[in-house]
Amino acid sequence: MSVAIVDYGAGNLTSVKKAFDWLGHHATITSDPEMIAAAERVVVPGVGHFAATRGLESNGLRQAIESAIQEGRPVLGICLGMQWMFSSSTEAPGLRGVALFPGECERFPESVKSPHVGWNRLRRNRSSKLLAALSEDPFVYFTHSYRAPVGACTVADCEYGGPFSAVVERDLVFGVQFHPEKSGTAGIKMLEAFCNLSC
Amino acid sequence: MLTKRIIACLDVDGGRVVKGVKFVNLRDAGDPAELAAAHSEAGADEIVLLDISATAEKRKTLLETVRRTARQLFIPFTVGGGIRSLEDASSVFDAGADKISLNSAALANPELITQIAERFGSQAVIVAIDAKNMNGTGTYHAFIAGGRTHTGRDAFEWAREAESKGAGEILLTSMDRDGTGIGFDCELTRAMTNSVRIPVIASGGAGNVQHFVDVFRDGQADAALAASILHYGLTKVGDLKQELANAGIPMRWPC
Repeated sequence: MSVAIVDYGAGNLTSVKKAFDWLGHHATITSDPEMIAAAERVVVPGVGHFAATRGLESNGLRQAIESAIQEGRPVLGICLGMQWMFSSSTEAPGLRGVALFPGECERFPESVKSPHVGWNRLRRNRSSKLLAALSEDPFVYFTHSYRAPVGACTVADCEYGGPFSAVVERDLVFGVQFHPEKSGTAGIKMLEAFCNLSC
Repeated sequence: MLTKRIIACLDVDGGRVVKGVKFVNLRDAGDPAELAAAHSEAGADEIVLLDISATAEKRKTLLETVRRTARQLFIPFTVGGGIRSLEDASSVFDAGADKISLNSAALANPELITQIAERFGSQAVIVAIDAKNMNGTGTYHAFIAGGRTHTGRDAFEWAREAESKGAGEILLTSMDRDGTGIGFDCELTRAMTNSVRIPVIASGGAGNVQHFVDVFRDGQADAALAASILHYGLTKVGDLKQELANAGIPMRWPC
């Protein structure tokens, strides 16, 4: 399976590639829209400030990702990549996400330490293609200061100063707030499920 | 609920894991890649590899050690020791690290924290502080160069500056307790947790399970580092986490 990991200058993508490689897939870190257009799976990773998603607005990256979605190729957003799939974030007012999922990402309340760093447990709300191989609700590794709201597309939420979206799904578009590539066996199973989707 | 993390620490010298008592008397404890994999399998929440090699010759093996260790590790992996520039950090990230830990270089040049955080994100930058209790008072100062050099900086004030420069976590080692097995310095840890908003990883002094209970409960640590207690087979990570879970500490267990 060919996997394009979209490089838009937001963080270290080595770990994501390593996980797909370990599963036996051919993963490429790329900022070339043609590579994204040719890939069977597209991953939008990213860490840091929401403003970094500006990098997706240049070089035709956004169009290449939207084409993949329209053509029914599975797309997975990780961490900041997931937040970009929402409408906007209070972290960068005025900047728009792609609004595949409704709502605005917000900072954690003052009542809890921020960032939310470490292993927390998912709570499944309904059946999920990504989590299908996991019998129990797994612990996964988070590191983020902003969070996405719970909505109709939330398949699993997580509790930290109130519930937030941990996994969202709509058709073949997936977003995870945590890092599956850093979440041990459970995370690897999710990436495997993403690669094995029938589409 | 966010769980408390148990982080297995590998002190590496010239490609081998070693562990000393109060920073000296090093003993060989094995291959870093094998030990990291074993700890991950046993339930460790993260792995930290600290390169304590003093010579440039021995440091050359670091990137290869990082690459080998990272290859089959799918939990967060931090590398520290001897990272002095953005270029050093970049090469360690390229080799497969998820976070880097800065100590002496950050104190000498706090802007380095910002440079690395802007490029790789704050979550990827840990600032390690080796703190020593001054004259048995509540005053703690930061030391560098493996504990040999007294900076005169107040440990808490330095941590707040590091946070403001973009550090994502503080790795706090009690120099008074390191390698002694008599327990973490809970007073130091709690004071640090109350000084910053970012997570604090407690280190130095773990000798038994109760010490971990104490540092999470009394020290309010977000994570705790374990090294010699794990390497010499005194305790397995899984046994430690099971006992902590039994004691009511939120753990990723079973995992």
